[in-house]
Amino acid sequence: MLVRIILLSMALAFAPAALAERITIAAASDLKGCLDEVAANFRKAHAGDEVELVYGSSGKFKTQIEQGAPFDLFFSADIAFPRDLLKANLAVGEVDPYGVGRLVLWSKTIDAQALKLSDLTRADILKIAIANPQHAPYGKRAEEALRASGVWEEVEGKLVLGENIAQTAQFAESGNAQVGIIALSLVLGPEMSGKGSYSLVPDSLHEPLEQGFVITKRAADNALAKAFADYMGSGETRAVMVRYGFALPGEASGH
Amino acid sequence: MTLGGPFSNSDLEAIWLTVELAALVTVLLLIIGSPIAWWLARTPSRWKRPLAALVALPLVLPPTVLGFYLLVAMGPHGPIGELTQSLGLGLLPFTFGGLVVASVVYSLPFMIQPLQNAFEALGERPLEVAATLRAGPLDRFFSIAVPLARHGFIAGAILTFAHTVGEFGVVLMIGGNIPGETRVASVLIYDHVESFQYAQAHWLSGLLVVFAFAVLVSVGTLTAAGKTARQ
Repeated sequence: MLVRIILLSMALAFAPAALAERITIAAASDLKGCLDEVAANFRKAHAGDEVELVYGSSGKFKTQIEQGAPFDLFFSADIAFPRDLLKANLAVGEVDPYGVGRLVLWSKTIDAQALKLSDLTRADILKIAIANPQHAPYGKRAEEALRASGVWEEVEGKLVLGENIAQTAQFAESGNAQVGIIALSLVLGPEMSGKGSYSLVPDSLHEPLEQGFVITKRAADNALAKAFADYMGSGETRAVMVRYGFALPGEASGH
Repeated sequence: MTLGGPFSNSDLEAIWLTVELAALVTVLLLIIGSPIAWWLARTPSRWKRPLAALVALPLVLPPTVLGFYLLVAMGPHGPIGELTQSLGLGLLPFTFGGLVVASVVYSLPFMIQPLQNAFEALGERPLEVAATLRAGPLDRFFSIAVPLARHGFIAGAILTFAHTVGEFGVVLMIGGNIPGETRVASVLIYDHVESFQYAQAHWLSGLLVVFAFAVLVSVGTLTAAGKTARQ
């Protein structure tokens, strides 16, 4: 076994791909699908390099990076988290805003196309999935929107909380919750599109879901991380982001 | 800070809910687990080993496997979900009842294995003697087997309670994190860490460490006492 490990590490060390670089990206789970596509496009131009994507909740990634987790880029659904990291000297350069997310009401079982937040008090809607407002950015905004619509107290008893926005979407997608207040980017993605109906939550009802990414300190000299960061501003990437329903920084919202 | 010292109201609510869940699961598993353990301890059937393996599965399966199957099975199109809906009970995911069902499955081996061991250690002799005194099967079980296997019952109950308190993955997948309904202590610790409330996470975690330590010491003492009692 040991011999095999030594041989394998020698083979890796002397392989022609020795110059290949590798980055691991921690990304908010609303980017699942969207960032998969962006990374797939990026890999075409960087054959031999490795780009790993890990999805989860933004708050968890922030904590993990503070504790030394080996992530090279951090895409957060709340732009405040990467800003905190930068302030704490755990990131380098600037925080790049990459998009503004949107909340939607999504349902598998009922027609949600004309559904409004005030309809959530209806008796046939038993469970409503939102992300945990305590730490998930989409959850915070969902709570704000429900409060602004004046139905928070009435629907609070129906709420089920997802650990992150992807799990919240799964609660609704499995039909266990009749309605989910989830990210438009997930609804337009390959896993959910066509499986239910949705309506946009007016973004005047909550603070903007401003999102941003940053290069972490450990990747300060990583050329591939820098290349990926630059690629986020390319026309190709912006087109993908728009297709997933993100409003781009510096552009008027399409909705 | 309120009456609970370093614990907030939501901490106390979660602790209480955890205790309620663990106590209910322990009682249910004493009822469900005893006959299964009894059968496993005494049967000559060739199904004994496959069944014992089935009971032990939650020991080795990742909680996510159980969580996934339970979520699908209890969902609107799953067999359990269709049953509960037709009985007018609604759906089990995101309810306390759902957590109870999941925990009973998840903690099954922690009740059955100590019980089975205790029943096997009884041997045939005391029961044969009771039978010659015309004690019926139920009478033999309650007046001979239960008192003699009491260490198994106590160890099984303590381990089941403790293991249910320690549950996390399954709850995260089917619970929906509802305060007072499915937000147990382990999930709340996760929330505290995610929202950077390390002080709160420390207090709750510390409490669980002390609890788990006390459980292991008491089970160890019991096992030793059980051995001396049998000698």
